[in-house]
Amino acid sequence: MKDKIRKEKEKGKWVGLYFLGLVIILYLFIFFLNFENAYNSLKSSWDILVKLIPVLFLVVFLMGLVNYLLKPKAISKHLGKGSGARGWVFSVLAGIISHGPIYVWYPLLKELRKQGMRQGLAAVFLYNRAIKIPLLPVLVYYFGLAFAVILLAFTIIASLIEGKIMEMLEH
Amino acid sequence: MNNLKHNDDKKQKNLLFSFYKSFKSFGASVPVLIGVILLLGLFRVNVSPRLISSIFRGDFFGDVLIGSVFGSISAGNPLTSYIIGAELLKEGISLFAVTAFLVAWVTVGIIQLPAEAAILGKQFALKRNLISFVLAILVSLATVTILMMIR
Repeated sequence: MKDKIRKEKEKGKWVGLYFLGLVIILYLFIFFLNFENAYNSLKSSWDILVKLIPVLFLVVFLMGLVNYLLKPKAISKHLGKGSGARGWVFSVLAGIISHGPIYVWYPLLKELRKQGMRQGLAAVFLYNRAIKIPLLPVLVYYFGLAFAVILLAFTIIASLIEGKIMEMLEH
Repeated sequence: MNNLKHNDDKKQKNLLFSFYKSFKSFGASVPVLIGVILLLGLFRVNVSPRLISSIFRGDFFGDVLIGSVFGSISAGNPLTSYIIGAELLKEGISLFAVTAFLVAWVTVGIIQLPAEAAILGKQFALKRNLISFVLAILVSLATVTILMMIR
């Protein structure tokens, strides 16, 4: 299982670099065809990056805090079967505060499912990973506070609906 | 006393390690982020609003559906989806379509589907992604409708 995660991580790393490589090749191509176009595009990219830098610092800081305050093992402890309403609430919260790439959490959920965790709770957990606390300032920056608050509320409601549907389909 | 000092040292180390880890995990998504920003630069300079509108602006529900499909097949840091979403808004794409795009980006994972199916089961992964796709559209409709009502 650990090998699988490592492979996914490695794959993710290379996919990112390949992607960047392809974009750079595309730029080189345009550079030779139309210098002005490539220059304007680079300048435009630079403007986007400069606007984004302060927010990126905030994101790294919040990610560090989340890493420090919460450990995956502690979260997994409270997601067991027979947790009732508390289990649903905890699945929502755990999904929101969990951190890192989504595939890191698949093996943990598989373990919990083996121990009798309800399918719906796994779905609720995965759905709530849509809510990223460290990225909230960016969401607010681009779309406004009201939008962010309403979207988060409906994301939580949708996660519960998804969990319930998954359980209904299971039986 | 020594124990207390030891615990403090440990905590400080943990804190530093947490920030190191967050920096590292963020660093891993930097190539994609730079790639996306570079593509956006090209996008801004070369793609006219008219071109985008030809892909996106069919009808209201068509737009929302296209947004949700785009979000589902795209993957990566949600930050990237926010940047693209904001750009789409600037180009005149409806907030309904952009919201469906944002929600599908983080709840539907076509790219991760093989991994999810391999570890959590094919049935689970397929059902979950399908329901999430439909919900992305519903969440978008609900969110933007409420937003319009309170404004």
